[in-house]
Amino acid sequence: MTQEEVKALNVNLIVDARGTACPGPLLAVKKAIGDIESGEIMEVLSSDEGTKHDIPRWCDKMEHEFIGILEEDSYTRLFLKKA
Amino acid sequence: MENEFEKQFLDLQKKVKRLEKGSKDQLTMVVFSGDLDKIIAAMIISVGAAAMDTKVKLFFTFWATAALRDKKKSVKGKNFMGKMFGMMLPKGTGKLKLSKMHMMGMGASMIKGLMKKNNVPSLEEMFKTAGELGVEINVCEMSMNLMGMKREEFIDYPNLNVCGVATFLADASESQSQLFI
Repeated sequence: MTQEEVKALNVNLIVDARGTACPGPLLAVKKAIGDIESGEIMEVLSSDEGTKHDIPRWCDKMEHEFIGILEEDSYTRLFLKKA
Repeated sequence: MENEFEKQFLDLQKKVKRLEKGSKDQLTMVVFSGDLDKIIAAMIISVGAAAMDTKVKLFFTFWATAALRDKKKSVKGKNFMGKMFGMMLPKGTGKLKLSKMHMMGMGASMIKGLMKKNNVPSLEEMFKTAGELGVEINVCEMSMNLMGMKREEFIDYPNLNVCGVATFLADASESQSQLFI
C-alpha cells in the first residue's frame, strides 16, 4: 500500500499511546483490539521508536494484518486491520 | 501386517501428542535474582509476552522471593533465623538494590526517577498489570523455608502459588521459551 493509500484509509479507531514507553503501546493496542470488529482498521499513535518494530511483530503473531506506517514529526502512525 | 500398521500408528499418535505438548505458546521464567534491574527486566518481558497472548509462568526462587514481600504486612511466629533473614532481606519491590551502580541507594532512586521521566511504568504497576493479564507467579517453597518466609507476607497477587521444582520443570518442558534471570 502506498503512503497516499494509507493516508486515505477509513480508520475505525485511533489509539493514542504517545508518551508511554515499552511495553505501554503494546498494552494499549492489546486492550483496544477488543473494541473493533474483524476487518476494521486501527490507527496507533506512538512516540516510542521500538513500537515501529513491535506492532508489526505483534500483528504477525496475533494474525492481524499490518498495513503500514506514516511518520510524523514527533511520533509515528501505525495502521492495522483486525483479523 | 495390519497389527504392525496399527502399532506404528499408535506410536506416531503418541509422538505427535508429545510434540504438541512440548510447544505450547508459553514462556516459563526462573526469576532468581533479587536485583531491582533484573526484576524490572523480568516483569517487562512478562507483561510484553502476556500482551502477545503468550501464557507466562514465573518461578520465583532464592533472592527474588524477597521482591514479593508486602511492606505493609508482617507475620508472627518466625524462628530466630527467619527473623534475621526477614530483617536483612529487602521488604518488597521498594527496597531492592541495583546490580550495578547502586551507590547506597542513589542509583536505585535515579533509575526510578528516570523510569518515571520516560513514562516507563513502575515495578509495582508492572506487577499489577501482570496480574491483570494472568501472568502466573509460582514461588519456590524451598527458598521460602530456607529464608523463613511465609505466604502471608507476600503481596496480594491474583495468581500466586507456592510450589516446588517439579512444577517449574513441568511448566518449562511444555513451553516454547524458557528464561533464567
